[in-house]
Amino acid sequence: MDFDLVVNILFATIRTGTPLILIALGEMVCEKSGVLNLGQEGMVLMGAVAGFMAAVVTGHPGLGVLAAMAAGMLMSLLFGFLAISLVTSQVATGLALTIFGTGLSAFLGASYVGVGIEGIGAWTVPLLSEIPVIGKILFSHDPLVYLSWALFGLVYFCFKSTRIGLIVRSVGENPEAANAIGMSVFKVRYGAVLFGGAMAGLAGGYLSLAYTPLWTEGMSAGRGWIALALVVFASWRAERVLLGAYLFGAASIMHLVLQGLGFEASPNLLAMLPYVATIVVLVVLANDAVKTRLNTPMALGKPYRPQL
Amino acid sequence: MIFALRIEKRPSDSRLMSLLSPILAIVLTLVSGAVLFAVLGHPPLHALYTFFVAPLEDVYGWTELGVKVAPLLLCAMGLMLCFKAKVWNIGAEGQFILGGLGGGYIALELLQVESFWVLPAVIIFGSLCGLLWAGLAALLKTRFGANEILTTIMLNYIALNALLYAVHGPLKDPEGYNFPESALFSDSALLPAVLDDYRMNISIWFGLIAVAVIWTLMSRTLIGFQISVLGEDRAAARFAGFNEKRLVWVVLLVSGGLAGLAGVSEVVGPVGQLNPYIAPGYGYAAIIVVFLGRMMPIGIVLASVLLALTFMGGEMVQMELTLPKSLTGLFQGMLLFYLLACDLLISYRVVPNRPIKKGSGANLQTAQAD
Repeated sequence: MDFDLVVNILFATIRTGTPLILIALGEMVCEKSGVLNLGQEGMVLMGAVAGFMAAVVTGHPGLGVLAAMAAGMLMSLLFGFLAISLVTSQVATGLALTIFGTGLSAFLGASYVGVGIEGIGAWTVPLLSEIPVIGKILFSHDPLVYLSWALFGLVYFCFKSTRIGLIVRSVGENPEAANAIGMSVFKVRYGAVLFGGAMAGLAGGYLSLAYTPLWTEGMSAGRGWIALALVVFASWRAERVLLGAYLFGAASIMHLVLQGLGFEASPNLLAMLPYVATIVVLVVLANDAVKTRLNTPMALGKPYRPQL
Repeated sequence: MIFALRIEKRPSDSRLMSLLSPILAIVLTLVSGAVLFAVLGHPPLHALYTFFVAPLEDVYGWTELGVKVAPLLLCAMGLMLCFKAKVWNIGAEGQFILGGLGGGYIALELLQVESFWVLPAVIIFGSLCGLLWAGLAALLKTRFGANEILTTIMLNYIALNALLYAVHGPLKDPEGYNFPESALFSDSALLPAVLDDYRMNISIWFGLIAVAVIWTLMSRTLIGFQISVLGEDRAAARFAGFNEKRLVWVVLLVSGGLAGLAGVSEVVGPVGQLNPYIAPGYGYAAIIVVFLGRMMPIGIVLASVLLALTFMGGEMVQMELTLPKSLTGLFQGMLLFYLLACDLLISYRVVPNRPIKKGSGANLQTAQAD
C-alpha cells in the first residue's frame, strides 16, 4: 500500500464519518434530555431532499444547507408534538417519523432524481492545508466538515462546563426533580429534539450537497440507524461519538483499503460492512451492559406527564 | 398546537376509542390526502377515487389486491406475536428478502427438475432462510443482549445487499442482457394460481392459515398466554417462572419464518425470478398493519387490505395522474402518525380549557407546552 493511498483513506474516512458525527451528536443531545428519537433516518432523508431541492431552485448550495436544517427541524417538531406534548410512545413515533420521512422525501424528490448540481466544494484552509500530509488529511475538506468539528466542540463544551448542559442532563436523569426546581421539562426537551432535528437535517444536506451532490431515494442508507447505535457505543459522550463516527467511516470505505491491497471484492458485499460493524459493536457493548446502564440517561424513552 | 383544549386522563382506558381510533386515523389520512392532491393541482375527490377505489373496479383489481394482502398478512401476523411480547422486530423486510433469496436460489438450482417436490422444497427452504435470519436477531438479543430494533434494521440492510450481490453476481442470468436479475423460474417452482389468468396465487391461503394458527396460538395455548404476559408485565412473567429467552426465540422464529414464507411466495408467485425489487416494502408496511389492526387477528386482516390498497393506489396514481409511486409510503407514514395521535384518546379525553382551580385533582394533566 503506498503512501498516497493511506493519505486518501484517512481523507475519505473523515468525509464519510462527518454525517455520522452530525446525526449522532444531535441524537446524543436529544437522548441526554431523556427523549429517544428513532426517527433520525427519516429526518436525514428529509434534510437531504430539502437541501438538494433548495440548491437546485436557488442555485446556491449554502441556502440548500439552511433548507436541510429547517426540514430536519420541522420533522423533529412533528416528533416532539406527538412524543412530548401528546405523550405517545417514543419508539412507535420515531418509527413513524422514519416511515413518513422515507415516503415524503421520495415523493418530493421524484422529479429531482438524476438532476446534477454544483455541490459544496472543498475549502482548503490557507496555510494549514500546506502542511505536508496533515494538510491534505485535515484541512482540504468542504466547509461542512469543519462545521462538524465546530459543532462537536460546542456540544462537548456545553456538557463539560456550562449550565445549559447541566440542565439538559438533569431533565434526562430526573424530569420530576428538574420540574420541581422550576425547570421546564417541556421546553428543554423540545429544544433538544429541535437541535437533534437540525443536526440530522444538516447531515442530510451534507450527503446530498457535498458528499455526493445528487439526490436518490433512500440515499441515507441507514446512517440514521447507525448513528443511533453510535450514541450507545459512545456511552453518551461527545468525544467518543467523534471517535466512533470515524471508525465507522473507515469501515465504510474498506473498498479503498482492499483495492490498495490488490483485492477486488463485490461492492455489494463491501456495502454490508458498516451494518455488520454496527452489529458487532452492539454485541461488544452488550457484554458491558452494566456500564452502559450506568451511563444511560435515567429517564430515556419515558414520556413525561407533568403533575398539576 | 392545542391551546384552547386540554387533555384529561380518563378514569380507565376506553375500549370504544381503541376501536374508533383507527377509523378516525383513516379519515384524517383521507382528508390530508385530499388536501395534498388539491395542492398538487388534482381535483381531490377524483384523485382519492383513483387512489383508493379505481384499483378495485374489476376482477383483476380484486385479485391484485389478494396478491398484496398475502405477504402483508404473513409478515404482520408474525410481527403481532413479536410486538405482543414487546420484542420490537423491525426486520420483517430483511427476513422477507432472505426468504425470497433462499427460495429463489433453490428454484434456480432445480431449474431443470420437473417434479412435484420442487415447489415444496423451494417454499420450505425460503421460509427456513427467513426463520434463520430472525434467529440471528434472537441469538444476538438472548445471548448478547443486543437491542433488537437496531440489529434487525442492520440485518435488513445486510439482506438487501446480499440480494443485490446475488443478482449482480452469482445468480445473474447469463442470457439476461446484463440486467441484474436471475433466470425465470421453471413452471414447477411457481405457486399455482387461485384463478386462471390472474396473478393471485395460493399464498393468500398461507396468509389466512397463518391468521387462524396464530389466533389459536394466542387465545388457546399456554405459550400464547405467556407471550401476552411477557409483553404486558415482564416482572410478572419472570415471577411466574416463564422462560423469557425461550419466548423471545419463539416469537422471532415464527415471525421470521412467516416473513420468509411471504418472501419466497413473492418470488415464486407474482415476480417469477430474482431481481433487486422483490421487496416493495411489505416488511415495513406490516408494522403499520399490526398497529392499525390493534394487534388482533381480525383487525390485522382488515388493516392488511387497507395497506395493500395503498400499494395499489400508488401504482394507479402513477399511471393515471403521473404522480410518483412513493405516495404509497407517504400515505402509510401519515396513517401511522394519525393513529398514534388518535390513540391518545384511548386513555385521555379532550376537554375545553377551563382555568384550573388550585388544588383540583392530582390526575389533571395538560397537553400544552408551558
